[in-house]
Amino acid sequence: MSTDTSNPSGEVPDAAGHFGRFGGRFVPEALVAALDELDAAYRKAMTDEDFLGEFDALLRDYAGGPSLLYPARRFSAEAGARILLKREDLNHTGAHKVRNVLGQALLTKRMGKKRVIAETGAGQHGVATATAAALFDFECVVYMGEVDTRRQALNVARMRMLGATVIPVTTGSRTLKDAMNEAMRDWVANVDDTHYLIGTAAGPHPFPEMVRDFVRGIGVEARQQCLDLTGALPDAVAACVGGGSNALGIFHAFVPDAGVRLYGFEAGGEGVESGRHAASITGGSSGVLHGTRTYVLQNSDGQTIESHSISAGLDYPGVGPEHAWLHDSGRATYLPVTDAEAMAAFELLCRTEGIIPAIESSHALAGVLKVAPRLAAELGREPVIVVNLSGRGDKDVHTAGEYFGILDKE
Amino acid sequence: MSRIGVAFDKARADGRALLVGCMPAGFPTVEGSIAAMTAMVESGVDVIEVEIPYSDPVMDGPVIQRASDIALAGGVRTADTLRIVEAVAATGAPVVIMTYWNPIEQYGVDAFARDLAAAGGTGLITPDLIPEEAGEWLAASDAYGLDRTFLVSPSSTDARVRMTAAHCRGFVYATAIMGVTGARAQTSQAAPVLVSRVREVTDLPVGVGLGVGTGVQAAAVAGYADGVIVGSALIRCLLDASDSAAGLTSLRTLSAELAEGVRNPAR
Repeated sequence: MSTDTSNPSGEVPDAAGHFGRFGGRFVPEALVAALDELDAAYRKAMTDEDFLGEFDALLRDYAGGPSLLYPARRFSAEAGARILLKREDLNHTGAHKVRNVLGQALLTKRMGKKRVIAETGAGQHGVATATAAALFDFECVVYMGEVDTRRQALNVARMRMLGATVIPVTTGSRTLKDAMNEAMRDWVANVDDTHYLIGTAAGPHPFPEMVRDFVRGIGVEARQQCLDLTGALPDAVAACVGGGSNALGIFHAFVPDAGVRLYGFEAGGEGVESGRHAASITGGSSGVLHGTRTYVLQNSDGQTIESHSISAGLDYPGVGPEHAWLHDSGRATYLPVTDAEAMAAFELLCRTEGIIPAIESSHALAGVLKVAPRLAAELGREPVIVVNLSGRGDKDVHTAGEYFGILDKE
Repeated sequence: MSRIGVAFDKARADGRALLVGCMPAGFPTVEGSIAAMTAMVESGVDVIEVEIPYSDPVMDGPVIQRASDIALAGGVRTADTLRIVEAVAATGAPVVIMTYWNPIEQYGVDAFARDLAAAGGTGLITPDLIPEEAGEWLAASDAYGLDRTFLVSPSSTDARVRMTAAHCRGFVYATAIMGVTGARAQTSQAAPVLVSRVREVTDLPVGVGLGVGTGVQAAAVAGYADGVIVGSALIRCLLDASDSAAGLTSLRTLSAELAEGVRNPAR
């Protein structure tokens, strides 16, 4: 749709952050200087041995990486595929998010800023940001939709314990998108001393590219681990997609491997046909939201439509622009998974492997249960599928307990 | 020269600034917003800025957010905005649209430019569209002879001020403060500096917005800028009123106070 997407080199994104017709910068001019500063700091850091060494050390010594690649034998038997779980749920703070946060916190320090702000949906990114802020001695303010503060009360308490200020957002749908609006407003007003630590591979350039680069270690590790374990690359790699950072994190190293299928599973909520879902690629259209052009849930006037998902972390009406591009180019396949399918997979992993997954990650598990038979038929053998188990389910115990009706009544 | 350009020239000749008053389309209703904008013109507002309500207005503070939510809840559509522009342009005042980019992209950039020109609108102010992403709009505004106002900010580098002004037509919008829309108790220290930086690179008129809410503040801004842009303070007249008649009375009073201010620049 944009005319400014010429990209002769074919590299994505181009220098202005365009992934084909997606991405770019749709922001108030007031933020451009800060985005340019961030872009310069990030590009310098990515070729700076000191920075990369410090980042690696933090991931190893503090976050507990590299995360394991675990052959889930009993779950595999149910799936009809050899399932290898990338155990990002075992990271410090319980999800893949810590990788991005540590990378951006290091950059924040290099830029000489002392205050970080963040938006959060499920609270995982807020907790990760509050954690890094404590470690780096930054002031930290987290914006969280009021609806989400109730769905994820434990994470609100975690952030406060870590010294962060949590501001419930009461505008709009009172969920992740509105938290992002409030964080943007804060940033416009305080950009001199504040870094906006965006939690997913979305937002204005350079965030989608930068966040991807901070989380792409997931796929780099998984690729080598799979080779070591099986002697070959997997047949498919799967992840859930909300904003899409965990999916890009595990996809990116596999993008050049043409034989490896990439599956992103979006939150289908009550079913895409019901209109109550968060599947921006499956059920949305191209538009501009939160600083980038991507697939958006919107009406014909371009007003954002509220998303719905049992998973707060996927409850977002947009998606990172690189996913929009991977979809258009056909390199990755995006399919919706309903709340019910995700919760069935949640229960199955609990019972077969003794692992309580995040409801977000359960969408990836459910998606794999759906595509594995097709893939097996196509290949004529048991497929090998790497699934990004992007987070653990501790934060979801209340939601899941209510869903399954297993909480004792007072 | 555009209609806004003519109005700025005339104001310059009269030794005063133009008063630009902003109101969301469809707030509180489509007819109510036409009545409010007409009252503003009758009370001395020179240029009407019609904001297209948007679900995710990241440059706007609580007042415009609330008014936009009311307008959207009332079911206002982008097409209604064009009807409002047509009705208000009939008063003779230049009417410019302020809009986040996605509503225009979904309407179709070329189609919107065509329909805005047909409705008598002068152009667009685009708070979340920078010239680098504006290829389609540059072409469409050229094709239909519309003005395009991009924003400059105190944080803009000299190179960006120059580049942005070079892509503007009609006037340049200087955001007085680092922040979102909404009246403030004190006028900005940064704004005069920013305006003089813009003047170094362009002869276009410069409008200053963000934070102006009283006649005294309007006079202060009129001392160094060509246009004084007021939104939240005017909108608050309607939001805070007990009924629509009281709202319009209060809106007329403030409009007249601001109009007096821009006619008596503090120098």
